[in-house]
Amino acid sequence: MKTGDTVVVIGVGGIGTGAVQGARINGAAQIIAVDPVDFKQKHNSVWVDIDPKLFDPAQGHRLYHEYIDELVYASQAGFDGICVNEHHANAYGLMPSPNLIASTLARETTDAAICVMGNSVALYNPPTRVAEEMAMLDCMSGGRLIAGFPVGTPMDTCYAYGQNPSNLRERYYEGIEFVMRAWHEDKPFAFNGRYNQQRYVNCWPRPMQKPNPPVWIPGGGSVETWDLCAKNSFVYANLSYFGHNASRTAIKGFWDQMKARKRDPNPFQAAFLQFVGVAESRKEALDLYSEAADYFYNRCLHTDPSYANPPGYTTEATVRARIGSQVLQAAESSRRQIRNDTSNIFDAGHVVIGTPDEVAEKLRNVCKEMNVGHLMLLLHFGNMSAQLTRYNTDLFAKKVLPQIRDLFENEWEDKWWPQFTAAKANQSAAARGAAMHKAAAE
Amino acid sequence: MSGKDFKAAKEYFVDTPSGRVRIWEKGRGKRIGFFAGVTGLPKWTAFLEELSKSFCVVAPSLPGFPGGPSSEHLDAPLDWLLAAGDAFDAAGLEGCDLVGESVGGALAAEVAAIWPSSVRRLVLMAPFGMFDESDPVADVFAQMPGRMNAALSEKPDELSQWLACPQGVDAGDWEIMTLRAHVASAAMVWPLGDTRLARRLPRIAAKTFVLWGDKDRVIPPSYAKRFVAALPKGAKAQLIKGAGHLAAFDQPQRCAQAIAKFLKA
Repeated sequence: MKTGDTVVVIGVGGIGTGAVQGARINGAAQIIAVDPVDFKQKHNSVWVDIDPKLFDPAQGHRLYHEYIDELVYASQAGFDGICVNEHHANAYGLMPSPNLIASTLARETTDAAICVMGNSVALYNPPTRVAEEMAMLDCMSGGRLIAGFPVGTPMDTCYAYGQNPSNLRERYYEGIEFVMRAWHEDKPFAFNGRYNQQRYVNCWPRPMQKPNPPVWIPGGGSVETWDLCAKNSFVYANLSYFGHNASRTAIKGFWDQMKARKRDPNPFQAAFLQFVGVAESRKEALDLYSEAADYFYNRCLHTDPSYANPPGYTTEATVRARIGSQVLQAAESSRRQIRNDTSNIFDAGHVVIGTPDEVAEKLRNVCKEMNVGHLMLLLHFGNMSAQLTRYNTDLFAKKVLPQIRDLFENEWEDKWWPQFTAAKANQSAAARGAAMHKAAAE
Repeated sequence: MSGKDFKAAKEYFVDTPSGRVRIWEKGRGKRIGFFAGVTGLPKWTAFLEELSKSFCVVAPSLPGFPGGPSSEHLDAPLDWLLAAGDAFDAAGLEGCDLVGESVGGALAAEVAAIWPSSVRRLVLMAPFGMFDESDPVADVFAQMPGRMNAALSEKPDELSQWLACPQGVDAGDWEIMTLRAHVASAAMVWPLGDTRLARRLPRIAAKTFVLWGDKDRVIPPSYAKRFVAALPKGAKAQLIKGAGHLAAFDQPQRCAQAIAKFLKA
């Protein structure tokens, strides 16, 4: 697979904000099906206690198809992967079950990686379900799955799903171990964990990729997440609403951890997420993307800080490291209207905008500086129309992508990209067929 | 009050199957046990000081709370119950009176229910353990940053002062200690506070007195009646004026007097 992999994200979210990046992204799918202008004045939060009456199923119907179309479009435009995520009781993330959307994408696309940036495995009891559904997705897609395991935000896990914060992380670690064993063991086995006891674990179907689909851990900046990725050779995917400037510290924390463990600084073991808006000129970019950025940062991010820090969610090590809860910071800042001026959003790098050359240069520099080989892009944000999203997607694919996709390609091997098992099998079968044909002809 | 320095209680530690328990003991006379609420006992309190004028007050630290063993290994309600039983035994409280507040109140009730002959008289101060949808328990953990004390107490500034890191103590260690108390509380009562305690209350043999702050914004005062209804006949309830969820902190004299009256009757 090409390196410098670039994937488009729809509704990246909630995952693993443990500490850093805060309230988190969303992405192409920040859909408030009903979006009153005075939402922020009249409603407490976009998350957890969002008023169910605001949801309009007719809009939901339209938007599900619109967003799926946008992802399919991105795969055809030349992106290496497309991405879905998981949120619960959240007005801007309409994917409580990312696997449902991913299964559609497995059918509607043929050559893009399908990056499922969440199943929050602690929420599923038994985790057998996660192992099974991801194995299904891997088979259906022909070995194109990236398996993401976020711990999940407090809002998603402790509140919307009522999980006890005092043991959420332990459950999450055990859940990952459970799923990995379910994929690796070659016979039915018993799992006798602290939180999961199963007499018979037998994941059927089996994932197509061997020994397992690449595992990415969407996370914030918790010490434990860096350690988890470094120890297990998982990709550390820093997901932030706030762009490269906010990711820098977290990514550095990960590389420090890798160094301490004497692991190679292979840039493909890291990913980060960036909002981007491309246009023919900076002025045009401002015209096109200001409203959408304002919509996202000043409306979609309207979250209640009360839900940001349940006791035990942030671990002692992270508290001691003084990393602070970025979920909380994001939620608090969302109350303060600090982003009244959208130029701040652009100047601070929350959203990178500009001409294709400007954007390419910026992203190249940022990826090099942070040593990150997987770039996840939010090319739809806020209330962007399908048309504008396609414009952004096209411009990026045609004029930015060619300038950045060779990054790190010659120096490092990407060991965390899907194997495209079926496609390769078809190619070799075709090659064998051609060889036989040739032999017969001779 | 809370800022005043009291003559220190006697402190000693006892190893139990649940880990090392810190015990604070002060006063003369009849031994009475105390299980603290969501904050635990980072410091001695005006309430315990007041009680210690009439009784020998013995406060063992529960797992996760200041001075207590780790709560990390506790999973099931049975683990918590056994740990509370260990703390009770370590403090030499067999056959004594027991007072419990908030999450400590829920555990005090459990101890009295499972080992009915071990507790002479029982005082429950705004205990967790029940949840009624018609008058729900507040989500004490989902509070705006810095506002938790305002949810717990009618005297939030004094509570903050009492909970503040003392001079000469590492601020990071203190913060972790505070965090652990909240984590332990959450471990016990997340997400609703309903531990199905009502099913076990009828087993309690001890005469029981239920105390509730009339301004409790965590567990509404209406729960006093629910507890009395679920307890064996003879249980009584009293509201404490001007007190929030941590009634003993807000109204130490009133609480101590009401308790002393009940225990001496």
